[in-house]
Amino acid sequence: MQCPKCHAPMHTYNRNGVQIEQCSGCRGIFLDYGELESLTRLESQWSQQAPPPPPAPAPQAYPAAPAWGAPHHGHHGHHGHHGHRSFGRMLFSS
Amino acid sequence: MSRALIRRLTALSEAHEAAAPPGVPGPREPSSLVVEGSLPAPVVLADRPDGTVVRAGRTVAKAHAPDCDAAALAVRLRIAAHPRLHGTLLPPLPVTGPDGHLARYDDGRPLTRWPYGLPVAPDDPDGAPWEDAARLLARLHAVDPETLPGPVPPMRGPAKAARALARMRAASIEAVPSLAAAARTVAAGWAALPAWARDEAPAPGPGLLCHGDLHLGQLVRYPVPDGRWLLIDVDDLGVGEPGWDLARPAAWFASGLLAPEVWARFLGAYRAAGGRAVRAEGDPWPELDVPARALTIQTAALAVAKAAPEGRPLDEVESALVDSCARMVR
Repeated sequence: MQCPKCHAPMHTYNRNGVQIEQCSGCRGIFLDYGELESLTRLESQWSQQAPPPPPAPAPQAYPAAPAWGAPHHGHHGHHGHHGHRSFGRMLFSS
Repeated sequence: MSRALIRRLTALSEAHEAAAPPGVPGPREPSSLVVEGSLPAPVVLADRPDGTVVRAGRTVAKAHAPDCDAAALAVRLRIAAHPRLHGTLLPPLPVTGPDGHLARYDDGRPLTRWPYGLPVAPDDPDGAPWEDAARLLARLHAVDPETLPGPVPPMRGPAKAARALARMRAASIEAVPSLAAAARTVAAGWAALPAWARDEAPAPGPGLLCHGDLHLGQLVRYPVPDGRWLLIDVDDLGVGEPGWDLARPAAWFASGLLAPEVWARFLGAYRAAGGRAVRAEGDPWPELDVPARALTIQTAALAVAKAAPEGRPLDEVESALVDSCARMVR
């Protein structure tokens, strides 16, 4: 995807579960439909929590993933292919 | 399989076996596999276009790819034998002399000799030494290439990705319509990669010493059976973008194939060991995005190339990678 403003390539990142495209040239950010609402929702959740509890690191937190990653549904279902024979071979091949 | 080549590799392996005095303490197979007074039967461990490996007892011999750059391989072998890589890379055994780690087959293919190491058990991916792999990569990435025998060649990861795309393009995919669609998706993902990841431009940045082809088949325990884990296969080793070495597990995780817990173990161990390919904390994907996209595309391209002559559609694991390629360009 190219930046509509300066036409440099845009790269996709996942921030707090919201997928954003950022221009590698002018650093402008593109939001897909619904993403502004997601950000607003995150912001209101944050302000409702005032005073915020100490940010305890969540050891069970889902690891960050790229925007092109497979959609995940909690800890089950995401790695449905885990243990598949074909994946077993893939783990060991160039 | 070339019988003559197998015989040559067997001879190369057995020559070292025979030269090792019997009863010497140290790297030995479980005694049941070593019959006193006779050499164990040779075993072909791998026989592929890019390499043939034969084991005789405690020694293996490898014939490298016919189009292998022998001068670059010679440097890679000197690096693997260098004290700075002790405890990180399995060192080669001499072939022609104390510093001569490379012989030639009749057709010019380079031949090398190595101690046998115990591979990762294939049936238990969760129990694989993910943390050890991560720590070994962190150690490798910390080695200053300036301190090594040179000229240190470039890491061959992008070249291998380009080769996978070429294989996919050369495959006859018309017979299976779903393969043709998958190939178009993979090609679109490839076109969206930056030029350096397609091996069409030098990698940005100074680069670090990288393995270049990390997967679970690249780890062995040496001495067998309970020595430390070491990295093997230096054919793609060189200076490049270190995120490439993390990119296969990253790609498997991103495509939903590798359990998130296992990915977290691997990445956490790499960071804890001071690995320099990603920032010390926070989202590692700014560094991993391009290499992981490249490895996803490379693996998907090879899946299409392998499915084509079998006239079969992709299985669900292979399809998960093509689905990732589709999401890269949507």
